[in-house]
Amino acid sequence: MSISLAPRRPRRFAISCIVGAVLVLFWIGVAAIGPLFAPHDVGAVVDLDVFSPASRAFPLGTDYLGRDMLSRVLSAARYTVAIAFVATTLAAGAGVLLGLAAAAGGWLDLLLSRVFDTIIAIPSLMLGLVVIASLGASIPVLIGTLALIYTPGAFRTARALALNVNALDFVTVARARGERLPYIVVREILPNVCGPLLADFGLRFVFVVLLLSGLSFLGLGVQPPYADLGALVRENIAGLGFGAWAVLFPALAIASLTIGVNLVIDALPKRGRA
Amino acid sequence: MIALVQIEGLRIVARGEDGAEFPIVHDVSLSVAAGEVLALIGESGSGKTTIALAMLGYARAGCRIAAGAITVAGQRLDGLGEPALRALRGRTVAYVAQSAAAAFNPALPIMAQVIEPALIHGVMTRPAAEAKARALFAKLALPDPDHVGDRYPHQVSGGQLQRLMAAMALMTDPALVIFDEPTTALDVTTQIEVLMAFKAVVRDLGTTAVYVSHDLPVVAQIADRIVVLRHGAVQEEGTTQAILHAPAHEYSQALVAAAAPRAPAPPVDLPALDVGEPPLLELRQVVAGYGRVDGDGLPATRIVDAIDLKILRGQVVGVIGESGCGKSTLARVVAGLHPPASGYVNLCGVPLSGAVATRTRDQLRRIQLVFQSADTALNPANSVAQALGRPLTFFHGLRGRALRAEVARLLDLVRLPAALAERLPGELSGGQKQRVNLARALAARPELLLCDEVTSALDPVVAEQVLDLLIELRRELGLAYMFITHDLNIVRAIADEVIVLKGGQIVEQAPGAALSAPPHHPYTELLMASVPSLRCGWLEDAAAVIGTRAARR
Repeated sequence: MSISLAPRRPRRFAISCIVGAVLVLFWIGVAAIGPLFAPHDVGAVVDLDVFSPASRAFPLGTDYLGRDMLSRVLSAARYTVAIAFVATTLAAGAGVLLGLAAAAGGWLDLLLSRVFDTIIAIPSLMLGLVVIASLGASIPVLIGTLALIYTPGAFRTARALALNVNALDFVTVARARGERLPYIVVREILPNVCGPLLADFGLRFVFVVLLLSGLSFLGLGVQPPYADLGALVRENIAGLGFGAWAVLFPALAIASLTIGVNLVIDALPKRGRA
Repeated sequence: MIALVQIEGLRIVARGEDGAEFPIVHDVSLSVAAGEVLALIGESGSGKTTIALAMLGYARAGCRIAAGAITVAGQRLDGLGEPALRALRGRTVAYVAQSAAAAFNPALPIMAQVIEPALIHGVMTRPAAEAKARALFAKLALPDPDHVGDRYPHQVSGGQLQRLMAAMALMTDPALVIFDEPTTALDVTTQIEVLMAFKAVVRDLGTTAVYVSHDLPVVAQIADRIVVLRHGAVQEEGTTQAILHAPAHEYSQALVAAAAPRAPAPPVDLPALDVGEPPLLELRQVVAGYGRVDGDGLPATRIVDAIDLKILRGQVVGVIGESGCGKSTLARVVAGLHPPASGYVNLCGVPLSGAVATRTRDQLRRIQLVFQSADTALNPANSVAQALGRPLTFFHGLRGRALRAEVARLLDLVRLPAALAERLPGELSGGQKQRVNLARALAARPELLLCDEVTSALDPVVAEQVLDLLIELRRELGLAYMFITHDLNIVRAIADEVIVLKGGQIVEQAPGAALSAPPHHPYTELLMASVPSLRCGWLEDAAAVIGTRAARR
């Protein structure tokens, strides 16, 4: 019952941050230069055996068609990391800015809230299907669609958080001083809702990765022979019964990427209200 | 006398953000005799609530009872496990919290909650408990004691809820009741009713009680003995009479001095008016409120109702009244935050528009608003320099070195060290925050300050210092104040003219000095009697004034 526990907490905190940062940097590195080191062509069937375990020739084994998993994972990581980061950033950026502006009230709030409610009412996979089917499957359309699907959620979270801050006296003081809406939103409200918004970003990132794989499964995502990490899991799911390595590695990749992102966000210095 | 509560060498530690523990209560020893009411008094952060909670064997999250012996009714509490403590809480020791509104479950009727301690501890059957509760309601002077228990918490007033919470605490005839600032959140007139009820019930039942408060005059009415705390340590201990009349310790002396009525403000010569010069601020027949607007353009709920008011250059006008009288709305109307439904607000003879957005920047600069709670009035994410810098840039276009120099000057003006500029509000004390809050308003170089209860949330000694600062600033800068408060003592000390508001209307308007002499409007009389006074027997006198008012209705 003395103070022996005291120094342990901060250190554990730092370790989780370092682990997260290493994971995220690793995947960004893989996305940036990984495909350059791919031993085989992504679409090439290089092994007669399907679902073969790891060997010297195929460090991560082969998939359901006998393609080299290492090459496929390296290529898929590039798609997943890039698309998910850009789409989540777009969704969070637009949602948060509009949400904070809406929290100030008035007709803008009414309009935005109804529009986003409408979008939320449409099942996200169906919305994605309709948009991509009509505009054609390309990476920019894919990113735009994912961003559109996740903007309402970010909007609602930001609006709810900002409503609480908006009621505090320091916002009233700024308003009484004659400050315009952009100043109040960016300087007075945003710094006080940053922590929860970042945590929300991490969660949304995970959802985007999953939805992306869903769209790929339906043939609307990354087009074959290329694939994203989620699609790699799905296309090899039949191998699960034989304990195929081909399912394991993309699944591990998704897990380590999303966990890494969330660890880093949890460890970011929290500003704002205690 | 046998000590019912005995605390020896109590030491409580809290864990800081860096994980290191630091003491918040140092080596406190005290005792409470059976049937005695002991008051723990001190400013916020003095450890008074922490010590009171320790008598329940409880330490708040992040805190720990590190050392010391706590004995209540012959039982050692320190080192007891949770189940044993649970058997004790609400049975041997009961607790009355500051905010009864937050302590009651809004979804259950009051009776079910009041009898809960008796049922949990199995000391009574439900019918017996309900009968006892009704008897306690009557003892606590609650209206309609037989049926008040059927209501839900939101259906009774704050003062009644506080008394109902006391009934809950007394259900099991506990050996000790802890009152934790039970009247702090109440209006002055309500506070008197609640205090009278507590005093009567404690006397009639011979309850042993620990009364935690920061308010010396309130404590003086109910306590037999007072323990003065500061920085987690006992500064002085003595009978109520001894502390009131012969405080030995420096801090007790400051507390007594802060509670004493202030001398009326020495008259300040207002700057001479030029011929035909309009008043700085003039309100004419201002009406503001909420709800549907009727055929005459007036809102259904009128919070401010046909107010006429003039404030001259350099003049201090006090606005007093209870919560809900419209005094804060009046300030919001003047600041442009609540557009009036009808009437005029003129600044130096020029009509001001109702909303901030359509006022000129210079008009906005000349009127500045200071809020009651510096905790919420300062953005926790911005440093002091940023908070003070923004109005300087916004109104005067200052940047860089000139800005830094002006921030330093403002800090000096409110008597704060320049080193505070880089701190965040969370790193400041309550008094320092209120000074920064004030400095931010002064940064605009206003002519009129709207001060909304600026000293109410502060500890008495600190409030006194802030009030002194306001008086000095007025002399130095020739500022005019609209000084909104519920505390007549403060108004007397600072205001040249006083307005008494009730139900959104002015019931009395008089020069500040005239406040000490009758005759008054009966409502003013009531407010004056309600201001806590250090002398014993004040409570009974005030209750008598309230009683005659109730009888007259």
